[in-house]
Amino acid sequence: MNPIAMLIAFMTIVIKEITRFTRIWQQTLVPPAISTLLYFVIFGNLIGPRIGQMDGFDYMDFLVPGLILMSVITASYQNVVSSFFGAKWGKSIEEILVSPTPNLIILLAYICGGVARGVLVGLIVTSVSLLFTDLSIFNGWVLASVVVLTAILFSLGGFINAVFAKTFDDVSIVPTFVLLPLTYLGGVFYSITLLGDFWQQVSKANPILYMINAFRYGFLGITDVSIFFSYGMIITFIMVFFAISLYLLSHSKGLRA
Amino acid sequence: MTFALKTTNLSKTYGNQIEALKGVDLNVEEGDFFALLGPNGAGKSTVIGILTSLVLKTAGEVEIFGVSIDHNFKKAKSFIGVVPQEFNFNIFETPLQIICNQAGYYGIDRRTALQRSEKYLQLLGLWDKRNDIAGHLSGGMKRRLMIARALIHEPRLLILDEPTAGVDIEIRRSMWEFLKNINSAGTTIILTTHYLEEAEHLCRNIGIINNGALVENTSMRALLRQLNLETFVLDLETGLDELPAALHSIARLVDRSTLEVDIKRGETLNEVYDALSAASIHVTSMRNKSNRLEQLFVDLTRNPREASP
Repeated sequence: MNPIAMLIAFMTIVIKEITRFTRIWQQTLVPPAISTLLYFVIFGNLIGPRIGQMDGFDYMDFLVPGLILMSVITASYQNVVSSFFGAKWGKSIEEILVSPTPNLIILLAYICGGVARGVLVGLIVTSVSLLFTDLSIFNGWVLASVVVLTAILFSLGGFINAVFAKTFDDVSIVPTFVLLPLTYLGGVFYSITLLGDFWQQVSKANPILYMINAFRYGFLGITDVSIFFSYGMIITFIMVFFAISLYLLSHSKGLRA
Repeated sequence: MTFALKTTNLSKTYGNQIEALKGVDLNVEEGDFFALLGPNGAGKSTVIGILTSLVLKTAGEVEIFGVSIDHNFKKAKSFIGVVPQEFNFNIFETPLQIICNQAGYYGIDRRTALQRSEKYLQLLGLWDKRNDIAGHLSGGMKRRLMIARALIHEPRLLILDEPTAGVDIEIRRSMWEFLKNINSAGTTIILTTHYLEEAEHLCRNIGIINNGALVENTSMRALLRQLNLETFVLDLETGLDELPAALHSIARLVDRSTLEVDIKRGETLNEVYDALSAASIHVTSMRNKSNRLEQLFVDLTRNPREASP
């Protein structure tokens, strides 16, 4: 395949992915808007004033970055895991696998689809948050880069999950039992400085903590952990997950017997 | 001679230690219409899976138009169009989306993809359905959609894995005509089917796989010449209560108006007709008791070692 043919193949998959999640917008774009709206109403408006300030900011302002990134994580993961597993389950993934499209292009295109949904959902949730608070941006480059890198990482996570999954139950296990607890305990709702030393150290083993803190830094200029370490951790995870995904595309028994 | 497909010692052992292919050497000439037959589980779909990269071979070599899949699988895959046994398209997409997307995976630009989509959907009688949801199409339409999809990049080798399964006779015959035209235009076709009449009607050469081994790879004519005995069914104008004694050695009465006669290789039907005429028995129609290829197929797959030449 020449580079132009590869670009056509790449764009075909990306457009197909974006068409898929926008076609079913009631399932993909509306639920995160509603759930974060409820978070803002309950935790931000009703409970937030009683909590007072968190790291020197109103609780609502502290909460917003975490909720946005949580939506980005969930959306990018869900997009790839449901799309790729659906294609695998319905065997339509064979359309791509039998073609000369290189595995690298297939993987990049699925990541792009996941990032597109993650970023779009992030923008929707950000728009919802504007109903409750005036957002200020401390560093736009950090915001943009953390959102994209996090969406890439969780798109890869969704891809790996989809390759291993044999049933629709397998697709929901990781989001329910791994992603959700790690996200909730990753500092979305609180600063880890509220925890004792031991639990602070335990929290630092949670990779999502670094993403949320880096993102919050982009909005508020505060973080519980080093920004550079956060970037290092996200990029390292991306490289490892990317290598695993590429290997699985070539060798997984779930795709090629 | 250029081979569209050449496999050498092709072997596949699955993870559960099932040996699906045991050193298959298969040659399909360019321009051929080739039947790949075998009972269920014989290894046909494994061969097709290896050619399309959905199954990883354990050993052996595969060349498609001289390109080794070990050296340049992407190029080799660009030569192949495949129509699988099971429906494997997104049932929520439309035929036009399915076909244009497939073109995209082969690096074909959108304008060309749309032109070819119209051409093949028209040829296969699906143009009016181009914007319907694919999951709502009938079984025959879905089969034709998969053929159109396989042709969108105009492959040199078209592989059809039971393309007419579950399709009514009228559509099956129109698909036969379509495939014959595609083959006449230069596309090599490999066909697997359980309808042996279909293989006999369409294919010039044949390979029979049984238990993962190739038990026959020859021309259809050469294979049919191996037939030692053919049984014909004759419908009689007037019913008989019993068979005249003169005919006992060559025929048997199935019911009052049906006779069966066995013709060995080298014999002709003339002596049967002479005997029938002498007994004033008039025949209104005649047919083979079973498909000729079917008889050979049963023999070859029942005991391949004895049956192989």
